[in-house]
Amino acid sequence: MSRLAFLDFSVPAWGRGGRPSPLLPRADPRDQVLVFVVAVLTFLACLTAIAALGANRAAEGWQADLVGSASVLVRPGPGETADAAAARATEALAGVRGVTQAAMLDREDAEALLRPWLGAEILRDLPVPRLVALELDKARPATAAELTAALAAAGVFGTVDDHALWMKEIVGAGRMARLAALACALLLAATAAAVIAFATRAAITAWREAVEVLHLAGADDGFIAELFMVRFARLGAWAGALGAAAAILIAAAFRLLGGTEGLTPVLPVAWSDLAAPLIAPFIAAVIGAYAARQSALGMLRAMP
Amino acid sequence: MNSNSGFTTSGGQSADHPRENGAFPPGDAVVRFDAVGMRYAQAPEVFSNLTFALPRGSFHFLTGASGAGKTSLLSLIYLAHRPSSGGVSLFGRAVASLGREELAPIRRRIGVVFQDIRLLDHLNAFDNVSLPLRLSRNTPKGWREDVAELLNWVGLGDRAHALPATLSGGERQRLAIARAVVARPDIILADEPTGNVDPAMSQKIMRLLVQLNRQGTTVVVASHDPVLVAGSGKPVLHLENGGITFFPGGVT
Repeated sequence: MSRLAFLDFSVPAWGRGGRPSPLLPRADPRDQVLVFVVAVLTFLACLTAIAALGANRAAEGWQADLVGSASVLVRPGPGETADAAAARATEALAGVRGVTQAAMLDREDAEALLRPWLGAEILRDLPVPRLVALELDKARPATAAELTAALAAAGVFGTVDDHALWMKEIVGAGRMARLAALACALLLAATAAAVIAFATRAAITAWREAVEVLHLAGADDGFIAELFMVRFARLGAWAGALGAAAAILIAAAFRLLGGTEGLTPVLPVAWSDLAAPLIAPFIAAVIGAYAARQSALGMLRAMP
Repeated sequence: MNSNSGFTTSGGQSADHPRENGAFPPGDAVVRFDAVGMRYAQAPEVFSNLTFALPRGSFHFLTGASGAGKTSLLSLIYLAHRPSSGGVSLFGRAVASLGREELAPIRRRIGVVFQDIRLLDHLNAFDNVSLPLRLSRNTPKGWREDVAELLNWVGLGDRAHALPATLSGGERQRLAIARAVVARPDIILADEPTGNVDPAMSQKIMRLLVQLNRQGTTVVVASHDPVLVAGSGKPVLHLENGGITFFPGGVT
């Protein structure tokens, strides 16, 4: 047994018993390079696809965070403490349709936000404005106008920030991120397809003599082409499965180790995304089958 | 020798040589060459203007020096090449008029022993021999027993599972002969079939071909072994200087 046996990418020859042996061998050492190339390309394409799904989810998340929240800056009216004004604002805003939760940030919270900019000394003497943080119904968020109207009705002076200013930019950035991820995934998939087709063509030239023997023995072109189609479909499926399995493993590790604190907030990969690579072996098989068929027919066309 | 008497020929330089004109109906020729020339790519013609016919059930040797075109002539019959001029007819049909899908069934009626053997390296002895049967549309029942018997007959009964690479040159040649005859083709073309075997096996192979010929198979054996050709007493087609000569009584 070779010490490098673990590098054996040969297609396993399953299910041989009983039937006559196939006219083309299921396993052949010459296939190893092709299997390796197809597996690696499938692996890369699958990882990119998973990353694209993650990027898509991340872009959705950015928007949802903005859509789902708003903040209100409250200024106390005459003869009223900041806290009292904020409390009234919170009460008024909580009743508005499309607001799921309203929470007042007390002086401590507000100071914590400002301390890095102003320093603790200055803050002690300043009238610190109060913030009310709102969580909105994502299906039907309350608009800035509705919130402003509610504040006016309650007689509170306040400024509503519904993130509209940022929203446009974030939507644009999200669209760019999605497009880039999709373009990368498509580009890599197309490259993988082209290289698989090319490598299959190259692999089939090794079978030229066998093609000629079969041809001269009176095998029909279609019959010979089918032999190669089936063989290289099997090979593509096996190599594609290897690549897809590796991609799933890597993505699963990423998802597990990333956890909630790690990398996943940047590229939130869901467990369901790991199902995407399952289609890869079928695609690799179809490409391999088609390329094999075309090359075999091309080879036969050169024989009278 | 009546079955061989119908041979007709007229080739480039053959006018002064013995010849005989067709005593059998032209339609009964399984192989007919009509002013056939052949060249590879832009090279000069290997032979030109060959005209002859092989009647059904005939047995001929094809002789000639190395490079005279024996293999090229056979390759026109087993349809590996097309003539550069003239026409080839097989089984009464002009090859040039046939579509690609009609050629494959004709190839299945022709068993070939290639000079360079051409076994499928990845198939064992048994699978190599049974290839024509698996490609045939009317594979007989019990073909596995036929193959095993034929393997025994060529002395390879115990090597059925051996790959060609593990066999000797002579063993591979016997395997190639078994493959050529296993499906009982209408024509057997053997290109130097006794090149790598000992005299005893050589005699055995010739006896097999003669026996198949008696059952109606048309046989052409290309050989440059004068002992084999002279000893058989079979008619000879001789290729020389681009033309063909017919010796109906063989050569002595």
